[in-house]
Amino acid sequence: MVDSTMVLTGQTIAYTLYCLVIILLVAWFALRITKGKSGVVRPVLFYTFVGFLTVLGVSLHIITYHTIPWAEMDLNRTEYTPDKTFRITVRDHQFFMPSEKLIINVNDKVMFDVKSEDLTYGFGLFRSDNSMLFQMQVVPGHKNDILWHFGREGVYTIRSTEYSGPKGVHMILKDAVVVVPERTPNQ
Amino acid sequence: MSFIKTLINGEQGLFKSDTLTPMQKMTLRFVVVGLIYFGFVVIEGMLMRIYEVKPVSFITEQQFFAILTAHPLVGIFGSTYSIVCGAFLFLVPFLMKKPLWSIKLGNWTFLLITTGTFIFWFAGFVSHYAPLYTLYWPLPADFSQFSVWGGTFFIVGIALVMVGTALFIINVFKTIAYTPEGWDKQPAGALLSSALGITGFSNLFRKNKKEHLVPLPVAAVARGSVDMALNTITILFTGILILVYMIGNILGYDLKETAIDALLYKNWFWWGLDLIADGLVLIFVAGTWYLLATMISGKPLFMQNIARAALLVELIVSWTVWSHHLLSDQAQPNMLKVLSGEMVTAFELITQGLAFFIALATLWSARPLKMTNPLKFLLGGLLGFALAVPAGIMQADVGLNRILHNTQWVVGPHVHVAILVGLTMTLYSAIYILFPVLTNNAKMYSQKLVNIHFWCHLIGGIGMGAFMGMAGLNGMLRRSLYINGEFNIYMILAALSGTLILTGFIAFFYNIVMSVGLKGVIGIFTPAKIKTKDLVIDI
Repeated sequence: MVDSTMVLTGQTIAYTLYCLVIILLVAWFALRITKGKSGVVRPVLFYTFVGFLTVLGVSLHIITYHTIPWAEMDLNRTEYTPDKTFRITVRDHQFFMPSEKLIINVNDKVMFDVKSEDLTYGFGLFRSDNSMLFQMQVVPGHKNDILWHFGREGVYTIRSTEYSGPKGVHMILKDAVVVVPERTPNQ
Repeated sequence: MSFIKTLINGEQGLFKSDTLTPMQKMTLRFVVVGLIYFGFVVIEGMLMRIYEVKPVSFITEQQFFAILTAHPLVGIFGSTYSIVCGAFLFLVPFLMKKPLWSIKLGNWTFLLITTGTFIFWFAGFVSHYAPLYTLYWPLPADFSQFSVWGGTFFIVGIALVMVGTALFIINVFKTIAYTPEGWDKQPAGALLSSALGITGFSNLFRKNKKEHLVPLPVAAVARGSVDMALNTITILFTGILILVYMIGNILGYDLKETAIDALLYKNWFWWGLDLIADGLVLIFVAGTWYLLATMISGKPLFMQNIARAALLVELIVSWTVWSHHLLSDQAQPNMLKVLSGEMVTAFELITQGLAFFIALATLWSARPLKMTNPLKFLLGGLLGFALAVPAGIMQADVGLNRILHNTQWVVGPHVHVAILVGLTMTLYSAIYILFPVLTNNAKMYSQKLVNIHFWCHLIGGIGMGAFMGMAGLNGMLRRSLYINGEFNIYMILAALSGTLILTGFIAFFYNIVMSVGLKGVIGIFTPAKIKTKDLVIDI
């Protein structure tokens, strides 16, 4: 199953390879520019390069839309029916939860509907190794909802992912979200 | 020459501040102050790095966030704006082959940017006013966390910088269009039309093409200045808005702080702020690359007409690109997320990639070139943007932004590499190439120190971005603190990279001081003895 860890691993590999190639290219250019004879760069090379950048810029978004599972669901979340909805309020740098622990079953699609009553905050779920599962902004006066499909068991910490003054740093609810095994038909 | 003599009089005593014109002095003042503020930024960065590894007792948590607020602002306004304004106030008249419209106004720009930066930095330092540069509403008016007086002075400091910026913009456009005393009447309308790209655009539909009256780098300065003007208006308006709440509070009136729509404000603010990050920086940098490439190579710019058109495209792109900052705001319309946030943003890959290619192709046409200081720093600057722009395009994606937004990835491989490696190394290239012109051929004290500066800055900048990026990919947030050392390994490595940058900066600063001498540095700030509007005089 494609999750944020897999996506980030792919991104790390792709970007690292790109960095190595571009660093080597500029290093090669720096060496070659001091040697040889003056040469004219043919316009066709330039137009090919521009064409390549155009294809790359647009195709990145098309590829991610079709391979990252949450991208399509996020943009069209009103068309989905969540298995569970949790309404959370944020005020005075505190999360007010519907219950102490939010219990979710594997393969549930869960809507987190978070409301701020004062400042702009963030809402993110983090694994026990501190890596991020997802995040969204929590803007006062607006609906802030995110639909997420939980594909495996796990325990997650809620953390505000937006700066809301020095007090915001401590907005952490450790192990507040627990994903338990899938419900069987007679449960 | 003894060390003390060199320290006082400069390398071989060649730099004599008495021989400087008012224009040279004004430009050098901007550069010196810009470099001093860069020193502030590097030291602040190191303090924050240390605090992120292990909180130290002499910095409180409130102070940490005050530094975090001041750090980018001092970097952008105090350092970059100073150097850019100084360089362009010299280069625009140099390229237009006529005097600057007003040296007095140029000196006012210098004073306002220098003083304004110090006021907002000092206000933050004393009062710990720390809503961060993003100022998400209603945080800047949250007086339960911040001092209203500290905030008032902070905003006044920013406003002074903006007024200085406005004067710079007036000076640039006036210099392009005005007729100097005793000259034949200049075609002001046609000059402005050429500078803003209207002539080039109209040429697309004309049989008889009109010639470009304004050199390409001046066109870049003019178009970047349009974004600068719009940004100035946005920041001034935002500052006045926040001041209304602050003055209300000082006078005992509690204005309801949620009266302003937070999402609308966020859109407004990012539209304005992106005119810097995705507008004037990219346009100014492209223009500077073109100028440096032609100066270094002595050849005409490769694909000059395309380069002109790209500058215009970049200007329009910069007005419509802001929504990539709001991809994680669920109330932001999907249409804006996809069109502005993803698609228009992707254009920056094309415009910046094109500028990268044109600069390299121009240099290539002049092979073999000597690896001079301006050339090596220019290549560093080109590499910086080649690394940072794709990192930005990746995070400006609906799917990836969900797991990258507000992480160290955004500020590491994208922001720090773009600014530290891309922008700053481009500015260093300009400083090295202008150094003999601005100092009447003073000699650089040590080439070894230039090389130390180059390698320390390049490796330190890329290293810092890389380790911050790794932390971000592992979930470390920006604008946050991890007091249990969760990401210490990355932060220690980023701190070591920062130490390299600091070492490079010290080598550079020492080299410059030893080149012009302490007497020379002081002389830059005394009134010019030569009364002329010329940029330089023959000695």
